[in-house]
Amino acid sequence: MDDLLADFLTETNESLAELDTALVKLERTPDDAETLALIFRLVHTIKGTCGFLGLPRLERVAHAAENVLGRVRDGQLTVTPGIITTVLAALDRIKEIVEALAATAAEPTGDDADLVVALDAAAEGRQTEPVPPAAAAPVSARPATTDKVTAPPSAAPVPMPTPAPTERAVVSASTEPSAAMATPGDAHAEVQSEGNPVGPQTIRVGVDVLEDLMTLVSELVLTRNQLLQLARVHEAQNNDASGFTVPLQRLSHITSDLQEGVMKTRMQPIGNAWQKLPRLVRDLARDVGKKIELVMRGAETELDRQVLELIKDPLTHMVRNSGDHGLEKAEVRRAAGKPETGRIMLNAYHEGGHIIIEVADDGTGLHVDRIRAKVLAKGLATEAELSAMNDAEIQRFIFRPGFSTAAQVTAVSGRGVGMDVVKTNIEKIGGTIDLKSEPGRGTTFTIKIPLTLAIVSALIVEAGGERFAIPQISVVELVRARLDADPQATTTPVVERIHGTPVLRLRDRLLPLVNLTDLLALRATEGNQAERSVHVVVVQVGTASLGIIVDRVFDTEEIVVKPVAPILRHITMFSGNTILGDGSVIMILDPNGIARATGVAGIAGADRRADRSHNEAIPAAQTQPRTAMLLFRAGGAEPKAVPLSLVARLEDLPREKIEFSAGQPVTQYRGRLMPLVPLTGAIDPAAERFAVLVFTDGDGRQERCMGLLVDEIIDVVEDTLQIELSGDRPGLLGSAVIAGRATDVIDIGHWLTQASQDWFRRPEPGTAGGDSRPHLLVVEDSDFFRHLLVPTLGAAGYRVTAAGSGAEALRLRDAGAMFDAVISDIEMPQIDGHALVRQIRASGPWAHLPVIALTSHASPDHIDAGREAGFTDYVAKFEREALLASLRQCLVAAGRAATATSRRRLEAAS
Amino acid sequence: MNTNLLEHPASSRQGADDQRADDATFVTLTVADQLCGIPVLGVRDVLGEQTITRIPLASREIAGSLNLRGRIVTAIDLRRRLGLPDAPPGMPPMSVVAEQGGELYALLVDQVSEVMTLPPSSFEANPPTLPPHWSEFSAGIYRLQDRLLVVLDVTRLLSLGPTSRGPASHGRS
Repeated sequence: MDDLLADFLTETNESLAELDTALVKLERTPDDAETLALIFRLVHTIKGTCGFLGLPRLERVAHAAENVLGRVRDGQLTVTPGIITTVLAALDRIKEIVEALAATAAEPTGDDADLVVALDAAAEGRQTEPVPPAAAAPVSARPATTDKVTAPPSAAPVPMPTPAPTERAVVSASTEPSAAMATPGDAHAEVQSEGNPVGPQTIRVGVDVLEDLMTLVSELVLTRNQLLQLARVHEAQNNDASGFTVPLQRLSHITSDLQEGVMKTRMQPIGNAWQKLPRLVRDLARDVGKKIELVMRGAETELDRQVLELIKDPLTHMVRNSGDHGLEKAEVRRAAGKPETGRIMLNAYHEGGHIIIEVADDGTGLHVDRIRAKVLAKGLATEAELSAMNDAEIQRFIFRPGFSTAAQVTAVSGRGVGMDVVKTNIEKIGGTIDLKSEPGRGTTFTIKIPLTLAIVSALIVEAGGERFAIPQISVVELVRARLDADPQATTTPVVERIHGTPVLRLRDRLLPLVNLTDLLALRATEGNQAERSVHVVVVQVGTASLGIIVDRVFDTEEIVVKPVAPILRHITMFSGNTILGDGSVIMILDPNGIARATGVAGIAGADRRADRSHNEAIPAAQTQPRTAMLLFRAGGAEPKAVPLSLVARLEDLPREKIEFSAGQPVTQYRGRLMPLVPLTGAIDPAAERFAVLVFTDGDGRQERCMGLLVDEIIDVVEDTLQIELSGDRPGLLGSAVIAGRATDVIDIGHWLTQASQDWFRRPEPGTAGGDSRPHLLVVEDSDFFRHLLVPTLGAAGYRVTAAGSGAEALRLRDAGAMFDAVISDIEMPQIDGHALVRQIRASGPWAHLPVIALTSHASPDHIDAGREAGFTDYVAKFEREALLASLRQCLVAAGRAATATSRRRLEAAS
Repeated sequence: MNTNLLEHPASSRQGADDQRADDATFVTLTVADQLCGIPVLGVRDVLGEQTITRIPLASREIAGSLNLRGRIVTAIDLRRRLGLPDAPPGMPPMSVVAEQGGELYALLVDQVSEVMTLPPSSFEANPPTLPPHWSEFSAGIYRLQDRLLVVLDVTRLLSLGPTSRGPASHGRS
């Protein structure tokens, strides 16, 4: 039987057993997202694998089942016993087919149309009749006739597997009594091995024996380290080399050799994990109609078999992804001037105790814009958070659960299971994964994994008088920093604080810091407080970096990782413990656990978001909306601020990049000229570099941008915003206390008009001039947002009237004012948005006006509540584009309704 | 500094009777002047004062971990586990090492004394008036000639963790 097929059968049988249990569990607890995700992944894997093995029946059934589960996972379907029964029926069918497959190595013929119809019906949410198991599709072992069953190449109708001659040659050198079943072929092989005395001499050894050996050697290494330490101390005390020295050194060498030898027995070339890939890529190329070449380099690179087993599946997944999503079709490639045949390259090599595996393709690369849009659509991050990220950070969103950029769901991949699983699996073995992508040039994934899991290299640090080990693989660098500014030493970075939270500027990025002494509730040591300087261990956790403040840094040491006692497993800061050379026990820190505990892991993403909504659930002073503000300096020491959501990008511009066009400073930016406006009024003649806040408007080819030149960007702070208005200073909205300092908040509208006179004269619906512009009423209690919204909407071609409260709006109505649409905030004192819209809808001339809600809580529940109250649409605050789009839509719909009414009136009159 | 107590488990028998099959043998120890016993078969080692590494964030009953011939042993402060005040300074604790689920645990006690074999006739169930944090961890009482010996339930002592109820919050009485 085909190797691939045999593996598939084993795996699938395991998955099926697991699925049965999980589905039954899901039926009982339909809200269990974890179980649902497990089920989905298992079915996805079955479907994915059988697609490649040429098992169309299995694939169809699994695909249909996955569809149902996918909709359940996305919340479009609720779990009912009917759905579970249908999916279980699909599993039973899969089991039947798999059984037949195991017996005959070919898929039995049969018709699954009824089942697929039932599954599709379930996916669409229609009531279904449970399919009677088995009877509908009799399993027949007849050879395939009309059905296009592609039998695997080696699938001869022989029930017993026939080992290949090469394998037999190996076996015959061992003591297995297999010679009893000698065939001419065997005899031949044996003659060969006798005639070739230097042939491979191998014996089969159980893996458990090797595992035991490994454990023993690990212990031996520890003991050796302790002995060496003792001998050193002894020598230092007695000032003479004792008779132990020589034998100890010998022991040390032998131990090292033994360790290496045992490690070798467990080492396997990584090529073993790649064996199935050529076939997989070939089939994939055929299925998706692409030309793909697979290049494998460094297949002989060896790594621990345990690690090898664990990275096999992630690698397969990634190669599949590269072929399916990364590479373009031949004609697209030709058009782009690339060779027709796409290339996937695997490259493995050793690098300082780690193995680096690269999976590269020369395809389209990752589309940052598409990812950004998807991130927003899935609610994984807000616009503000995204604007603070660079392209690489945005690309890393593909490692998030539930993320997939493939525009259409294909049978191969593209359902958002995949890269998150890959990442989880790699991190599970202490590895890291990163990616580099260039538009049009391709994507390269780089996986870094330890050679072995048993012995790792670790950095020993001290905090609060205790020592800890940090696995070297996650350590990026060590930085020395001072706790307070010292004018004498300007080269050493200073730990700064935002509301007491320490951060460090590291090469123009803000690195979140966590003090190990505080985190682990240790006693602060006196000595270092006096020194006012600390060590920062910069660790990489997934895609985020984190600085761990420690008091001292010692050497790196090879340590044997031992699991902590069960009664300590709940402390997630530690991944294990170990015994150092001096015999002391120390804890091994888990950077992942620390990042989770400090909220760094999900930076700007789902995890932190969850935390935040959690916080919001707690009725406290946090009910005030917090706004991310970008702080900068321009002309004077006092900070200035602008809402981060309005800033598209931040750039650093060297002086020579600034040109002048018609007296106005401009720069070439992303292929066009961007007007620059110095906030201070003039370009500082002494400055070599300028910080630029880029504001954009519109999208695609229509995009216009403007750069505001400032002296220095200070920080991004999230704070509740209480703005004191001052109307007399042009360009300033007013001032607010941000991060404990009085800060000027600038009025972007003013600066945009400075950049380009026609900025606000943009053709928008109904800008015919005069008062035919649609008239909007904005109801918003926050002065700040009202002042943001009015110019924004004015710029978009609307006439705007603002009201500071619901009561004020209703007074306008009663006074006979008329508008084309109303935009209202939800959270307002006294009459909130919901109450206001109910009153508007209840009676009066405004009853049929479009009313758009603005809110910071745009969850489906809120939207439903809003719709119920009578809002026409629901838009998240600060989403300018979304608001404008919604306005256009509402006004068009309202216009149509109005025309219809007047036509009816005309008809009635005539 | 291992005390070699275990070679002669019957060396200091209580009373003059011959050892019978249902007699039980205990390693005796004291915590805050109370005599306690742990079944000898569950004891792997008895240690003198050890270097103990504190484990940050662990519950306060966990004293830390120590290295016993290359194995990492989790040390539990029996005084704290039993809700007793900490030992006065200058009293180095001894420890009794027990195994559970393949893991080694060291119970820190004030003093480890002799090994005793005790007849079932002197055994009694816990008096109902025993304070809750004692009754939770006591498997019964032996009446010795001049004092009482509390048999500690090692399994219960070691069932610590995020969900374990501290003796103080325990409400059984």
